[in-house]
Amino acid sequence: MSEGLSVIQAVLREQRTELLDAWVQAQLAAPGVRTDLISESELRVESDRFLTALAIAVTESSTADTSGPAWDAIREQLTNLSRTRATRGFTPTETATFVFSFKEPLFGKLPDGAAIWAATQLIDNLGLFTAEAYLRTREDVIRRQQDELIELSTPVVKLWQGVVALPLIGTLDSARTQVVMESLLQKIVETDSAIAIIDITGVPTVDTMVAQHLLKAVTAARLMGADCIISGIRPLIAQTIVHLGLDLSEVTTKSSLADAVTVALERTGHQIVRRKAPVATAE
Amino acid sequence: MDRVNRIPILKLGHLLLVSIQVDMHDRMALALQEDLAERIAETGARGVLIDISGLEFIDSFIGRMLSDIAGIARVLDADTVVVGMRPVVAITLVDLGLTLPGVRTALTVERGMAMLPAPTVDEDPGDEEAETAGP
Amino acid sequence: MRARHRVRELAQQAGLRLVDQTKFVTAVSELARNTIIHGGGGRLRAGLLLDGARQGVYATFEDDGPGIPDVQMALTDGFSTGTGLGLGFGGARRLVNDFDVRDNPTGGTIVRVATWR
Repeated sequence: MSEGLSVIQAVLREQRTELLDAWVQAQLAAPGVRTDLISESELRVESDRFLTALAIAVTESSTADTSGPAWDAIREQLTNLSRTRATRGFTPTETATFVFSFKEPLFGKLPDGAAIWAATQLIDNLGLFTAEAYLRTREDVIRRQQDELIELSTPVVKLWQGVVALPLIGTLDSARTQVVMESLLQKIVETDSAIAIIDITGVPTVDTMVAQHLLKAVTAARLMGADCIISGIRPLIAQTIVHLGLDLSEVTTKSSLADAVTVALERTGHQIVRRKAPVATAE
Repeated sequence: MDRVNRIPILKLGHLLLVSIQVDMHDRMALALQEDLAERIAETGARGVLIDISGLEFIDSFIGRMLSDIAGIARVLDADTVVVGMRPVVAITLVDLGLTLPGVRTALTVERGMAMLPAPTVDEDPGDEEAETAGP
Repeated sequence: MRARHRVRELAQQAGLRLVDQTKFVTAVSELARNTIIHGGGGRLRAGLLLDGARQGVYATFEDDGPGIPDVQMALTDGFSTGTGLGLGFGGARRLVNDFDVRDNPTGGTIVRVATWR
């Protein structure tokens, strides 16, 4: 073990109570302390647990490299702490301050030299880890929300026996298009539909990637034994498709969803006829 | 050993039915291609239906085998329909760059059968000729 | 075949979506065949990856074959020195997130592919 670490170990063992008090005070005195989000007693419990885990880690570890197995327990605690704070509404800085605020009380107890350097390295590493753990939590939340949003925005509906429709609304990005197309193909199998209508009336614009995903879906559907009809292509999108040099010659396109439905029903052997003259409506 | 690993080919009237239920290795795929060519010639089959709903993935080798079977069958005057490709398999094939041109597809065995000549021997004298003569 | 099952298991463990699992297994199958045909057989290693919160799965193929004279060329669709359709390399690359080809210092080629959740 390095000389610095053994000094820190001794301080943690012999002056633990003073350290804990000083640290909790430091945290409460720090600018932007969130006593509205966390109580003093909770802070004390967390700090106490951190000191316990730290004392074990510096005893078992020979370096200030906090990625080793000796630091597993402390990293787990910091991950949990970051997660809790991220969901409670702490900022990344406020969350990482938990670790960084320990510098002042700890440095006060250390002799100059190797011990200070070891402590700096150690706390910096743990502080950065905490910030990263915070970000990971946020990223998880964002990813989950994205997934949910995509799920919500992909209503593949069964129009008729053997015909499904996917009315797309809003901006399509690459990721969403991919997921949407997957659920369309899945629905084709589930409903045994040989015809699928992709209606893009509600899509303001498409880029190359999105157009390519659409075409891939059409090809994939064909491999499965289903035909796709794309309807509701706006003039602007039609221009984009031509300018991008995309080949839609193999795909049935219709300007309106109504036309697409008619074609789909015809192909499945149905016919739409008016039984009698329409009832006059009051204009 | 090789015998055991062959995929069975069922004959139903003028149709040959194959259901691939396991992921094939390359030799199995080649054996199936050979067997099918022989059986089409031998039975004068008019249609071949290949059910691939059991396949969890199709790489370029298996993809090429499906195309080849369709091509060989066409030369031997039989239609081929590949049925039951899973969505994820289809997506993967497209990304891989394989679109199996010339291969007819259907969602289910039922739909695939409807695309092929009726399996029962009908009154058409042309068919009877095919039964006895063969190429 | 057993390798494909093992790779499928790993892809599941990494938490990949079914479509990404399928793409990865297909890519491995393509590359395994490449290794056998062009590299005269070789070694396949596969495992899980962890980078921060991201999880992934990787596979490396190492052979002692003649190596690839022009990697860029080999990645082009339609290019083939063997009996395939010439989609093996370029196709496999489209099925994974990371694709890396390099010369094996001891001769031959190392191909590494990875897909992230």
